[in-house]
Amino acid sequence: MNLGSIESLAYLYPEGILLLSILAVFLVDLCVDDKERLGNIALVGAALALVFTSGLSFFDIRLIEGLQGAGEGWLFHRMIALDSFAIFFKVILSLSLVGVVWMSLGSREINGPNQGEYYGILLASGLGMFFMASATNLLLAYLSLEFVSLTSYVLTGYLTHNRRSGEAALKYLIYGGVASGTMIYGMSWIFGLTGSLDYTEINAALLQNAPDQLTLFIALVLMLAGFGYKIAAVPFHMWAPDVYHGAPIPVTAFLSVGSKAAGFALLMRFFYPALSQSGDAGMWQFVPGVEWPQLMLIVAMVTMTLGNLAALNQYNVKRLLAYSSIAHAGYILMGFVVLSDEGLRAMLFYIVVYYLMNLGAFIVVMVVANNTGREDLEGFRGLAWRGGALPAAAMAIFLFSLTGLPPLAGFIGKFYLFAAVVKGQFYWLAVVGILNSVVSLYYYARIVKTMFLDQPSDSEGEVTLDPHNGSLLAILSVATVILGVYWAPVFDFADRSTRFFLGS
Amino acid sequence: MDGLLLDIGLRHFLFVSLIVFVLGLYCVLTRKNAIGILLGVELILNSANINYIAFSHFSSGNYDGQVFAIFVIMLAAAEAVIGLAIVLGIYQNFSSIDIEAVDSLQG
Repeated sequence: MNLGSIESLAYLYPEGILLLSILAVFLVDLCVDDKERLGNIALVGAALALVFTSGLSFFDIRLIEGLQGAGEGWLFHRMIALDSFAIFFKVILSLSLVGVVWMSLGSREINGPNQGEYYGILLASGLGMFFMASATNLLLAYLSLEFVSLTSYVLTGYLTHNRRSGEAALKYLIYGGVASGTMIYGMSWIFGLTGSLDYTEINAALLQNAPDQLTLFIALVLMLAGFGYKIAAVPFHMWAPDVYHGAPIPVTAFLSVGSKAAGFALLMRFFYPALSQSGDAGMWQFVPGVEWPQLMLIVAMVTMTLGNLAALNQYNVKRLLAYSSIAHAGYILMGFVVLSDEGLRAMLFYIVVYYLMNLGAFIVVMVVANNTGREDLEGFRGLAWRGGALPAAAMAIFLFSLTGLPPLAGFIGKFYLFAAVVKGQFYWLAVVGILNSVVSLYYYARIVKTMFLDQPSDSEGEVTLDPHNGSLLAILSVATVILGVYWAPVFDFADRSTRFFLGS
Repeated sequence: MDGLLLDIGLRHFLFVSLIVFVLGLYCVLTRKNAIGILLGVELILNSANINYIAFSHFSSGNYDGQVFAIFVIMLAAAEAVIGLAIVLGIYQNFSSIDIEAVDSLQG
């Protein structure tokens, strides 16, 4: 059983609200001269989407479970699934939309006559990510991924008269076009081998027919080009430093939190329900003959090592955070290779933690850039002693959390990842991960040292904090600290969300 | 003559699409002109289209593959629009669309 197009709309109201707010932003943009208000419309839209998605998760969960009990978790003729996994990611994605829209309100780069387009396209990108998190068909997976990519290219090139922004957009476009082209070429081979685009049917066909292993392996590697490019995993990471460096800071933040989370959702949903089988005691077995966990193991190790080593000699903080986000894609992939519910749970939890600390770090970068016009490490010199004590303290919390020091949220996230890895007996992976965390301490601590221990030079002006950024920073830093001490509710939420709807 | 045409099967289509795919990749890797690179991306997309239609016709027995190909064509058009807009912006800022001239981001 599956719901048709009309019946499905009843379960799609968060997306509907996003769609309406996109239209509202574009329409109001046409008839209002005061462009400052548009950001508020977008913020309300994103917040409503968040409220209704959380509502779907907490209040309608019985309704959804009832649907799934009747074998009706599919919407739109099996195009998307409504399960707790999708809802988890929708909550994360709407949180990142709210955070990024909120932070854009206080951004000097975004402010301008075109900001209506910016907010509309930002929400559209979020809408695409919602579909990425729930696609259960290769066609919809490709369409939603491309939707997110196309909107991201435009957002990256938003600063039309800025050379770096245009260059970043061009590089993103070229890498993205090649990666998604390679991905659909790989998908076409999967389609040829299994005769279907539907994840469940692909799974059944792979288990029954045992197709040619080499062809299947090549097809998977080609598909990984598209997925790996969205999460910025080696060897498809080359775009990340340039794009993060050139894009406006709120867009960089959105790419690093939203785009990456959506990419992981797509990756997990394809590799777990479609290419593996749920076995006993929360373990998964991959389809016989295709050793993708070995491949992903190497990808995870290389990704975190390369990201951390390249970050060591970066002096532009945005570029440094780009390499750090590549390294974090490697850490999250550690939970991916162990093929157990514990690994999945740890990944989901880490994605929440990563959202808090990375978004926070980018807000501090934006505060400094708003005041001094600088994004390099010199702009942070003595930040705590020239009026920026609160942003400096918050940045220290976020950076130590990114390193994984206790008692902050990053430590708990890494703890669960390493626990899953050790329990899966991937000891080498754990050793590489821990060594990498040690290396990363060097470049994170260097920023903290520059902010607190170095004397400010006389030429640098005062740093002031406007209420938008101040309140958001306070929320994120408090959440990072609290999640480091009391993480049970979020962890339970992640635990409940590892269940995929597989049909019946 | 009839026999010659009837002999054309799935294998031949897959071979053509592989050639187109490799040519597309070669084009992307060697071209210096931004529009040339976008043309290479189009070749890659169309190689996938050939595969979808061939598989749909010869092996799957449904129209999923052909529908996929139509969506790919549509998205290729959307991507071309955005791509050309970005290239136009690059030309206004750098007075060139040679990707080797566009290198202000380094580190």
